[in-house]
Amino acid sequence: MRARILQGIRAFFAERGVLEVDTPALSPAASTDPYLSSFVCEYRPFGAAADVPGVPLYLQTSPEFAMKRLLAAGSGPIYQICKAFRNGESGRCHSPEFTMLEWYRPGFDHHRLMDEVAALVMKVLAVPTVARISYGELFASQTGLDPHCSTVAALQQFCQQQQLSMPLTADDSVDDWLMFVMAEYIEPRLSPAPLLVYDFPSGQAMLARTVERADGIRVAQRFELYAGGLELANGFFELQDAAEQRRRFEVDLIRRQSLGLPAVPMDESLLDALKAGLPECAGVALGVDRLVMLAANMQSIHQVTALSVLGPA
Amino acid sequence: MASYSTSEFKSGLKIMMDGDPCAIVENEFVKPGKGQAFNRVKIRNLKTGRVVERTFKSGDTLEAADIVDTDMQYLYSDGEFWHFMVQSTFEQYAAPESAMTEAIKWIKGEEICVVTLWNDAPLSVAPPNFVVLTITETDPGVRGDTSGGGGKPATLETGAVVRVPLFVDTGEQIKVDTRTGEYVSRVKE
Repeated sequence: MRARILQGIRAFFAERGVLEVDTPALSPAASTDPYLSSFVCEYRPFGAAADVPGVPLYLQTSPEFAMKRLLAAGSGPIYQICKAFRNGESGRCHSPEFTMLEWYRPGFDHHRLMDEVAALVMKVLAVPTVARISYGELFASQTGLDPHCSTVAALQQFCQQQQLSMPLTADDSVDDWLMFVMAEYIEPRLSPAPLLVYDFPSGQAMLARTVERADGIRVAQRFELYAGGLELANGFFELQDAAEQRRRFEVDLIRRQSLGLPAVPMDESLLDALKAGLPECAGVALGVDRLVMLAANMQSIHQVTALSVLGPA
Repeated sequence: MASYSTSEFKSGLKIMMDGDPCAIVENEFVKPGKGQAFNRVKIRNLKTGRVVERTFKSGDTLEAADIVDTDMQYLYSDGEFWHFMVQSTFEQYAAPESAMTEAIKWIKGEEICVVTLWNDAPLSVAPPNFVVLTITETDPGVRGDTSGGGGKPATLETGAVVRVPLFVDTGEQIKVDTRTGEYVSRVKE
């Protein structure tokens, strides 16, 4: 089944003229995201003295940075099916090593890319349609709150009213609170049918562009695909601005420091590529193990991988 | 007392929550792709038996509960307390009715029970999985009926009532599974 789905994915992209690429999984730079933890390896030339420190290399948390460098070099539309590594993540739907499908479409915005994500999901999961809703509408319809203008106090009060068990405090950020409400209140209430959610709060932009809506509210041009109560994919209308990207990396690094997390080198090659010119494009990463799990109607990703890194969770 | 982080939570781990001793039932790692990691944990309150669901930030800690399961022999009951003894040390413990719950129905004396101690006081008592008890009252036996098919209630010497096959008589000893409360077999002396 897994093999058939992978074949289907490759056929899907071949039909659409998207080129399969294969980029290095090891890199001297890492994701700065404070909520992602990269595995660190050490490169040591043969013959090096034992007391000479090696060169740290990080296993990719996604192939995003390498693929953007190809895009900037003029690759055109590309996709990759590869392993991604995230330290510390292990559970029913998490594995520290997992299979990721990531693809980029020059000339697409996030809405056109959502069309393509929907087409792929309809094919693999054999569903007739994929619904679409903005983050703001979804949040308001489930909670009555406007996520783009809500405060920590309002979200805290909502969680109290709903008697949710709250690990967060008033010191946590609005975005932490929003993500908590999303994960603990809204996601469990979503129907299992695939759903595309777009235009996230600007504080959760990550590597997406932000844009001012007609009503003056800034939103991130980012989308997520939910299915079976799970996050299946995350996509961006990609940020092209090298200076803005550097600023976001720096904010991440400061946040890492305040959380007592190890500093990581930001990817200067990516910043150089952005400076040289990333074509206007949209990109998305999709968890293949979760997709196979849903297609096979299983309860855990460990049931659809041949072997499991840490054994059954 | 030591404390445990969410990464160490596993089924059966005994921890303190809201002042009560609890056991972890299930621990699920939840992480939005772009956000903080959480652990959604099912926890059984060992005093009330109730299971609650709590969400923690990954890395949060809970204090360990001083809980020890010990094999002890049941000695006697004075009506208010049930007295047990650790056979290797002759140390005695008195369990209140709140700790006994279901166990009362199955023990008459000398059985080896698992007594769960919290801060060295009995918190709960688990009877042996199988006990042998004498039937004190049941309808007269029916010969020839060698297996299932209906059955009848029988009162045991401890007062417990179990369903037994029709051929079993008053005065006979039977083996009962205390986890399900079901008749297993007759026991010949």
